[in-house]
Amino acid sequence: MKELTYVRAADAAEAVAAVSADEHATFLGGGTNLVDHLKLGIATPTTLVDVSRLATDEVGPADGPSGPVLRIGAGVRNSDLAAHPLVRSRWPAVARALLAGASGQIRHQATTGGNLLQRTRCVYFQDVTTPCNKREPGSGCSALEGYGRYNALLGASEDCVAVHPSDLAVALVAVDAVVVVLGPDGERRVPVADLHRLPGSHPERDTVLAHGELVTAVELPMTDLTRRSTYVKTRDRASYAFALVSVAVAVELAEDGTLADLRIAWGGVAHKPWRAEAAEALLRGRVPDEELVRQAVDAELGDARPGPDNAYKVAMLRGATALALRDVTAPLAEGASA
Amino acid sequence: MDTTVRLTVDGTEHDVLVDTRTTLLDALRERVGATAPKKGCDHGQCGSCTVLLDGRRHLTCLALAVAHDGAEVVTADGLADGDDLHPVQQAFLDHEGYQCGYCTPGQVCSVVGMLREAEDGDASHVTEDLETEPDLSDEEIRERMSGNLCRCGAYAGILAATRQAAGQQGSEQGATA
Ligand SMILES: Cc1cc2nc3c(=O)[nH]c(=O)nc-3n(C[C@H](O)[C@H](O)[C@H](O)COP(=O)(O)OP(=O)(O)OC[C@H]3O[C@@H](n4cnc5c(N)ncnc54)[C@H](O)[C@@H]3O)c2cc1C
Ligand code: SF4
Ligand code: FES
Ligand code: FES
Repeated sequence: MKELTYVRAADAAEAVAAVSADEHATFLGGGTNLVDHLKLGIATPTTLVDVSRLATDEVGPADGPSGPVLRIGAGVRNSDLAAHPLVRSRWPAVARALLAGASGQIRHQATTGGNLLQRTRCVYFQDVTTPCNKREPGSGCSALEGYGRYNALLGASEDCVAVHPSDLAVALVAVDAVVVVLGPDGERRVPVADLHRLPGSHPERDTVLAHGELVTAVELPMTDLTRRSTYVKTRDRASYAFALVSVAVAVELAEDGTLADLRIAWGGVAHKPWRAEAAEALLRGRVPDEELVRQAVDAELGDARPGPDNAYKVAMLRGATALALRDVTAPLAEGASA
Repeated sequence: MDTTVRLTVDGTEHDVLVDTRTTLLDALRERVGATAPKKGCDHGQCGSCTVLLDGRRHLTCLALAVAHDGAEVVTADGLADGDDLHPVQQAFLDHEGYQCGYCTPGQVCSVVGMLREAEDGDASHVTEDLETEPDLSDEEIRERMSGNLCRCGAYAGILAATRQAAGQQGSEQGATA
């Protein structure tokens, strides 16, 4: 690890100014991803600007620009967010996604902002002895011809086939969350669905954020659609592993059992959480039986051409999507408010 | 870049000179001399470096010491009251919840933290209903302890020890640290 300067910012504006002024500076949240990358030699900043102690650890109702929201500070720990009573009752998909991620210890350390901005777990990205366009632009992509089990099904390019790892981000896309971003020129809001980029010819850029832009909060719109929501994650072992594929769904049920409205997001299939709008369109107004769900998943996949290593993800997506929809369309438990 | 950070470790205050790159784990083991937390993977994957940090279970290998100035750390060593073992430590002894002992300090700290989380009513990945208080079934204990790996495979003993410690919850549990 190279020499590093450590700065603890007093407030968000100071943190933004410090990182903006230095192209080799970076924000430090809980450190569970960044410190690992410092050790592995993947990240080589010269200055760390610690944002983990800014007063951004509050969760509570607030007024967003387009109505009431639940505002989550970027410094809120994953465990605290998962335990929050309002999140548990009104955004179960978000609580479930958090609880499906990492371990009890890591969730106490990981922050909301850092979780969304964590980097891919592509094995070649993490191994500095192998070519990787995301780590070192122009060096090539080892995953194209190499170990392809984790590769993306959708939205990949010739330059990168990696997937985004955050469980939380997938759930946030299904509940239409927005990140609040502070930059040198002030504040802007970005829907979580638009935060991460597809790789194209610049896989080194994970998100649409510019250098120095700080995530200060995440806002969840208060809608009834999210009460019936859940998160299904499949992985190589029962716990403490990243997703092979994951599914977040939020639905509004009509009296007759049809889906009056719904949102589906997939994890483990693309460089970003994937909003499955074609699948939603096929399911809207219908009863989601197994055959229809299969058609919907296949419609979303369109002409995606999985390789022999990652073709299993297609079957897994069909199964996980059916399971998630079955969970949210089942009668709510006694006493639960619908 | 060198900085002095203040760490309270098992009840004793230490002013420790650290480089920015020093992890909390290295500061504890090499500067403070608190060797209960073990360096297993050094990448957040095994849980052997777990301590209670400001009362919650926390890894120390992915934490920079400079970022934790003022922290209060309790290691597995600090849980005992003199020669009187903490109920979780005693339960590990009673049920042979360890073999080589490498993962044990992290396991013990993790159980103490996890029992507190369960007492607060926090849900886990296997909790069916997010809106009710979860019971600490074996399935719940396994899931909640999944961040601590044991290469000897002492899991059966650790599970039994945790069950015993959970049974004492409310009486002697939570008395220490
Ligand atoms: C063993 C292990 C297993 C894991 N399993 C899972 C899993 O199953 N699912 C899952 O989703 N995650 C998993 N994780 C990843 C973990 O959730 C992330 O590392 C964590 O959420 C990152 O948050 P942090 O606060 O520690 O971020 P940091 O490591 O501090 O930062 C991560 C990145 O975000 C940037 N950053 C931090 N805060 C901000 C901000 N406010 N604004 C702008 N940029 C910011 C940093 O500069 C850095 O680039 C696992 C991690 C480990 C070590
Ligand atoms: S898939 Fe992307 S991250 Fe993985 S080696 Fe190729 S370029 Fe790097
Ligand atoms: S040494 Fe910290 S988790 Fe393995
Ligand atoms: S007792 Fe040896 S690693 Fe757990």
